[in-house]
Amino acid sequence: MNLFAASLDRLARLGRFLWSAWAGLAGLALIGALWQAGHEAYGDFILTAPLDTLAAAARLLHEGRAQDLLALTTARALAGFGLCALIGTAAGVAAGYSPATLRLSRPVLTLLLGVPPIAWIVLAMIWFGPSDMTVAVTILISATPLVFVGAVEGVVTRDRGLDDMAQVFGAGPVRRFLFVSARQISAQLFPALILALGSAFKVAIMAELLANAGGVGGALERARAMLDIAEALAWVSLAVAALIAVEYMLIRPVRAELERWREAAAPWGVKR
Amino acid sequence: MNLLELNRIGHAFFGRTVLQGISLGVARQEIVALIGPSGSGKSTLAHIAAGLVDPREGRIIRRYLRHAMVFQDPRLMPWATAADNIGFPLRLARVPRGMRRRLVADAALRAGLLPEDLGKYPSELSGGMRQRAAIARALATDPDFIYFDEPFTALDVALKRRMQDLVIEAAASARFAALFITHDLLEAIRISHRILVLDAGGRGIAGERLIPGNPGSRDDQAVFALRQDYLAADPLFAHIHDIDERLRP
Ligand SMILES: Nc1ncnc2c1ncn2[C@@H]1O[C@H](COP(=O)(O)OP(=O)(O)O)[C@@H](O)[C@H]1O
Ligand SMILES: [Mg+2]
Repeated sequence: MNLFAASLDRLARLGRFLWSAWAGLAGLALIGALWQAGHEAYGDFILTAPLDTLAAAARLLHEGRAQDLLALTTARALAGFGLCALIGTAAGVAAGYSPATLRLSRPVLTLLLGVPPIAWIVLAMIWFGPSDMTVAVTILISATPLVFVGAVEGVVTRDRGLDDMAQVFGAGPVRRFLFVSARQISAQLFPALILALGSAFKVAIMAELLANAGGVGGALERARAMLDIAEALAWVSLAVAALIAVEYMLIRPVRAELERWREAAAPWGVKR
Repeated sequence: MNLLELNRIGHAFFGRTVLQGISLGVARQEIVALIGPSGSGKSTLAHIAAGLVDPREGRIIRRYLRHAMVFQDPRLMPWATAADNIGFPLRLARVPRGMRRRLVADAALRAGLLPEDLGKYPSELSGGMRQRAAIARALATDPDFIYFDEPFTALDVALKRRMQDLVIEAAASARFAALFITHDLLEAIRISHRILVLDAGGRGIAGERLIPGNPGSRDDQAVFALRQDYLAADPLFAHIHDIDERLRP
């Protein structure tokens, strides 16, 4: 009975999610229309028609090579993202609980955020050559501060009253963190993680292109050299599709599961 | 033998003395009301007694087995349903899931929550329902001592009365002792066996009054008359309403 209600609830949420996909599709259609208009104004050589681009992307996928390149880039981006999520969360939580560490880390953060990612790519290329390491390190350095700030915000803005409550009922520091603080931190952390994931893909492709490390970045570089605008746009579309797929398969479901109460808190009619 | 004893407790925040030389005791199954104007250090004292704050000086002896606390704000976890909030202390006490569900339902019933409210999130409950959930959470582990820190201040008069009756009934049936902090003299008279008045500057307990009869068996007329009496003629209560905490050093 209880299980039935729970699965029904889950089904309803899935339905709402699919329904919201229509809104996303409408947005995509709008972009497609603008793209088509640009194509008609400037011609094939500047902006390939959206359908032709899709055809090119389908061809790339069909030929088989694209899967490998996409998988390579995605793996690199995910590896960098995983590392930065781990390190950023751990460091951010630690700093959030220790005001002295936080004060020390602020200038470091400003410095890290001030250096353009391109500079890190150049440095990483010199240190590691055209390898996975270059890509991973660049992602790590450019995306970790985001995650760090999210985790710190989560710790600092948590409701300390709940900590007291848990302590009164006998929770030690560890269980206070696991049962009470972690949930509040995750609410701040998830938006930062989504941003970091997007940034990981972008930086991965940029690093691949500049470091000549293959993957989607390498393919883009070849398309540029051959002035093949259709193929370049096709690669961009494929990379974006990969990012969206990862985000909706990896992060959104976890977040939706953790944030069910927010949906309950939304007044009727605001539920999307 | 007192369940809770505070001996010459003193505390300061950032060098500013808030409490000084506070001694009090609460006996088994006794409800002691602690009243004092806002800012006199009542919450600080409750937090010290419950072990949330380490006092700068003094000694605390706790002879009870298990305590609970009802705060001024409900302090429910917004991401958990009412049932999960009420069951939180049981989860911390590692009570098995099946037994937990039974105890939660029982505590909710005693706090006047309806079974259909148990699946709701705090944001879906009214203010009174949230405070009921907080009371149910305090009752869930069947504690022998409960701290109440002005739990009903935010509620309207009618609701406040119902909640007070609920605490009186629960105390009579579950037989817990309590330190009930309030700045409402009427509430203190209705609920407690004994009233302690905290010095307005937190320098000791200014005095105490035993309330005749048992909570729950006093009729409204007597309660109102006693309150009038205290406010008009008893010097101990002369200043409990007219202190402005902004004037404190
Ligand atoms: N965490 C804190 N840090 C600094 N000052 C505090 C803190 N908590 C309470 N105080 C101060 O201690 C005094 C007593 O506060 P409190 O115990 O909350 O009083 P009450 O509960 O009687 O209203 C107030 O002047 C308040 O400003
Ligand atoms: Mg208070």
